[in-house]
Amino acid sequence: MVRVSQGTLYDKVWENHKVTELPTGQDQLFVGLHLIHEVTSPQAFGMLRERELEVAYPELTHATVDHIVPTSDQSRPYGDDSAEEMMAELEENVRDAGIDFSDPTTGDQGIVHVIGPEQGLTQPGTTIVCGDSHTSTHGAFGALAFGIGTSQIRDVLATGTIAMEKQKVRKIEVTGELPDGVEAKDVILEIIRRLGTEGGVGYVYEYAGEAIENLDMEGRMSICNMSIEGGARAGYVNPDETTYEWLEGRDEIPEGEAFEERTEYWESIRSDEDAEYDDVVTIDGSELEPVVTWGTTPGQGVGVTEPIPEPESLPEEKRDTARRAQEHMRVEPGDTMEGYDIDVAFLGSCTNARLPDLRRAARIVEGREVHDDVRAMVVPGSQRVQRAAEEEGLKETFEEAGFDWRNAGCSMCLGMNEDQLEGDEACASSSNRNFVGRQGSKDGRTVLMNPRMVVAAAVNGEVTDVRDLKEVTSA
Amino acid sequence: MSDDIEIPEVNYVSGSGVPIRGNDIDTDQIIPARFMKVVTFDGLGQFSFFDLRFDEDDNQKDHPFNEERYQDANVMVVNANFGCGSSREHAPQALMRWGIDAIIGESFAEIFAGNCLALGIPTVTADSETIEALQDWVDENPDGDIEVDIEAETVTYGETSVDVTVDDAQRKALVDGVWDTTALMKSNEEAIRDTAERLPYVEDGKRV
Repeated sequence: MVRVSQGTLYDKVWENHKVTELPTGQDQLFVGLHLIHEVTSPQAFGMLRERELEVAYPELTHATVDHIVPTSDQSRPYGDDSAEEMMAELEENVRDAGIDFSDPTTGDQGIVHVIGPEQGLTQPGTTIVCGDSHTSTHGAFGALAFGIGTSQIRDVLATGTIAMEKQKVRKIEVTGELPDGVEAKDVILEIIRRLGTEGGVGYVYEYAGEAIENLDMEGRMSICNMSIEGGARAGYVNPDETTYEWLEGRDEIPEGEAFEERTEYWESIRSDEDAEYDDVVTIDGSELEPVVTWGTTPGQGVGVTEPIPEPESLPEEKRDTARRAQEHMRVEPGDTMEGYDIDVAFLGSCTNARLPDLRRAARIVEGREVHDDVRAMVVPGSQRVQRAAEEEGLKETFEEAGFDWRNAGCSMCLGMNEDQLEGDEACASSSNRNFVGRQGSKDGRTVLMNPRMVVAAAVNGEVTDVRDLKEVTSA
Repeated sequence: MSDDIEIPEVNYVSGSGVPIRGNDIDTDQIIPARFMKVVTFDGLGQFSFFDLRFDEDDNQKDHPFNEERYQDANVMVVNANFGCGSSREHAPQALMRWGIDAIIGESFAEIFAGNCLALGIPTVTADSETIEALQDWVDENPDGDIEVDIEAETVTYGETSVDVTVDDAQRKALVDGVWDTTALMKSNEEAIRDTAERLPYVEDGKRV
């Protein structure tokens, strides 16, 4: 593969962490942070035991439990035997290896891509891996972060390194100011819609431009999170003052003089002004509107006021998938998604369950009630998010409106605990994947959207343009 | 520690094919999340494509993995962006346990292809016309032999031989028998330590 990029953050962080070139032509990269969870790690620990190997860098490894953890009753043993078995296995593995574990008794548990940043484990200029495709989230801080499989987890546990092939770098510049009501989630759904679900294969995405720079860290995380839905294994934003301010004072971040020194390193790994890219794409952020999906891949999105496309109007290779998706979702080309009936509203996931997401959504909820035909739930991304939200009174706001307020976990994003769609329920979801069966029912219908759009759908019982809903009281 | 794990060279895969048609077949389709509530990969084979193969009453639906004629197939022929979505290695683990030894497709999601390589399963690519022709041929010749030559980057079936692409690193790893990278990388322990010590945020194997 011929690649031209140089002087980018990706090139610099790669070189800093390169151990050597392997006989395959791949590079062996040092891993600065290995995050693990209960679903994809037990087999890797098993392989390690089979080969009589130890965990090489336990102190650069951190565990949490998120995929299977119940979000209602979390008392042990868990009601679901297989969930309990997975949790017990993780507890044993981390205890034996001496790995820190943000388990629910610590008050620090949560979705792995929420707790890493909030504890300051996630830092600019580092390499981060996790057996979870949404590891790309951490790129929001200027880290090189990507998802890996279980055999690669074995490699990282055993050696502290990973074998990787260097990718191309595509700069995605989002210019202008985002209009009111348009959020980071809409930007990334638009990017995936334009570049396609496999447009990013072979690339790392660098998100840049005024609209990205003006986002808070949580917004940047939402964007980097869904890089993988666009086919890019990693995505990042160059670190800046917003990044440093957000990080200062967090558990794992150095203090005082050491912080100043570290900031110099962080500044040094930013992409150079004259960096070269393999590709550059520009999107005018000022022309965007809230985006919702009409289909069963994250690339099948449409502006909330725009018509759902005719399959025949799409490139030939996309038509068949579009026809099947429209049949599954029971939508008609030419209609808008606005007005599409909703049975369930899910506000949660590693894409959109951080404090600012919940705050913005709560301001829409205030003074309104969940529609009679909708069951609605809020699942905070971590115990810390949950506590902060409760202290601010967001829990009351949501509960008074009729939302179910849950404990932290992945929950209905992927239906591995009891939070699942039933039958052909349609769900307005702030998560990242609308694949058939993703939310636990193979006939279930997922409509992806931003958090405020989710609660707007919850109160109206149908997909709603949140820009039409005034905030009833100021929060 | 044991460095004596035997890693076979994968130069060549041959056997009969099974066509799995459609773009963007994600890993949730290959193995639904509810089957991942396990701590080993054993026994996952039977759950491959489960929700595409069975309805809610466990009645079989139309799917190549249900068809008698494909039960011995070991070469899967797929379309574009196969294996997108979740990084779950459970997906290739399930396919491998069902009997798949090689996958030929238009394109693969990166994490999925990496997971396949870690199991010694080649993911070779060709353009859409070539793939469709091969899928049609497999339909008509379910017992027909397909030969995937990794090193030569060719696929041969019936009287036809076509050029395919195998990613350079993947080809070397398979042909030289270094697709299981643990021992190989472990042998660079000193260089690993040196790299770590050069980083401003690591000291003595700890975060500082």
